[in-house]
Amino acid sequence: MIEVTLKVNGEEVTRSVDDRTLLVTFLRDELGLTGTHVGCDTTQCGACVTIVDGHTLKSCTALVASLDGAEVTTIEGLAPGEDTLHPVQAAFRTHHGLQCGFCTPGMIMTAVDMIRRHGSDLDETTVRHELEGNLCRCTGYHNIVKAILAAAREPAAAGTF
Amino acid sequence: MYELRYRRPADLAEAASLFEAAEDPAYISGGHTLLPTLKGRLAAPDALIDLRRLPELKGIRREGDRLVVGAGEVHRDVAASPDVREALPALAGLAGSIGDVHVRNHGTIGGSVANNDPAADYPAAVLGLGAVVRTNRREIAADDYFQGLFTTALEEGEIVVALSFPTGAECGYAKFRNPASRYAMAAVFVARFADAVRVAVTGAGNDGVFRWTAAEKALATSFSPEALADLSVAEADMIDDLHGSAEYRRHLVSVIAERAVANMGRAVVTP
Ligand SMILES: Cc1cc2nc3c(=O)[nH]c(=O)nc-3n(C[C@H](O)[C@H](O)[C@H](O)COP(=O)(O)OP(=O)(O)OC[C@H]3O[C@@H](n4cnc5c(N)ncnc54)[C@H](O)[C@@H]3O)c2cc1C
Ligand code: FES
Ligand code: FES
Repeated sequence: MIEVTLKVNGEEVTRSVDDRTLLVTFLRDELGLTGTHVGCDTTQCGACVTIVDGHTLKSCTALVASLDGAEVTTIEGLAPGEDTLHPVQAAFRTHHGLQCGFCTPGMIMTAVDMIRRHGSDLDETTVRHELEGNLCRCTGYHNIVKAILAAAREPAAAGTF
Repeated sequence: MYELRYRRPADLAEAASLFEAAEDPAYISGGHTLLPTLKGRLAAPDALIDLRRLPELKGIRREGDRLVVGAGEVHRDVAASPDVREALPALAGLAGSIGDVHVRNHGTIGGSVANNDPAADYPAAVLGLGAVVRTNRREIAADDYFQGLFTTALEEGEIVVALSFPTGAECGYAKFRNPASRYAMAAVFVARFADAVRVAVTGAGNDGVFRWTAAEKALATSFSPEALADLSVAEADMIDDLHGSAEYRRHLVSVIAERAVANMGRAVVTP
């Protein structure tokens, strides 16, 4: 066992875990944050993407022990309140950017990171290129791309990334 | 994943001594090759020794006419480094073409070069430029370092500390990706020095990355895509699998090599 301390969605948590615990297992089973999904468990699909110390991570592919001291943001950490969606979540709803929703948490975390880096300059080619690590079996991607572009251009979104 | 102990040494010396002390240890850097392997129970080390935060493995710097990239640098940082982009833009482009944005945030150059996957990108640049692999024990010339599929000159417990690239060459990298895995089906790194040309091929050879010496000779005489028109690699040396036959890869290597020569100073990736 090994003790780890992380800041998850702004809250510090300390737990003693089995050394081989993956970040995604820690989030889901230790903290009950089941918004982060496991699609493939083989580092392919991106359903498990979270933002760790400012960069996206497929959280099925990191030992939580190796992240001691890190700041983690999951899909649960985006919305400002119970009844208000984050602008990227709102854009996915408006533009029908999900069907079954399984890939959606990873898509949204990836989109948040993308918009933070590119701002309102984000264009369609870049969005499609940067979605290479996120698979969706339902939508055909068009509405996901639309939603991300809309969120990037949303003035209300400024400052929330 | 089998049970194991995770260790995070403070420096290079501690990493090496932890390795000595454990029964069946493995180093881990970005973990983007190793963790999937462990999850598939294809390996069962009893200790993982984390190298990624070691200060000795960090940093990208110019040392005279060399560009030195720390083994712990992630693909994203190599792709974005002003020093890499200025000295070896094709290397920056290569780093930016690996996997996807999340993989590039965590996979390291040291992990890639230590692993020597036959379809990995960095081995082509390291061999193509004739770089030097710096370890905690010695310096190894690229020509001696790569020894076949997943095999290198690294000894038990030896740690890649940095890659030292010469900067006196103009370079081009072209890659044809498998559209599903995004790994190279064939990729060619061409380095044009004042007195010689080096050509390294990855993704295609059934013995891993290799130098294509016939192409080097032809390009030294006349540096143009046309110089390669009548050349091809030996079909018997090509990977033959469900993604492409050996005949297909033989043809692809020539096409991609021509593309690299036609696009010096950058990396071009299709599809
Ligand atoms: C979805 C996906 C797509 C990918 N696509 C590509 C691609 O297109 N092209 C490509 O080249 N790669 C690709 N990769 C591989 C990726 O670049 C890996 O991150 C990289 O090959 C290994 O680096 P790592 O830091 O993750 O190493 P790890 O997984 O931590 O380690 C790999 C091996 O190297 C050893 N090791 C690690 N660091 C050192 C060191 N400093 N000294 C000695 N031994 C060490 C470890 O013990 C282990 O055996 C992909 C990976 C994934 C998951
Ligand atoms: S569950 Fe992590 S990448 Fe698919
Ligand atoms: S909405 Fe079903 S996988 Fe993307």
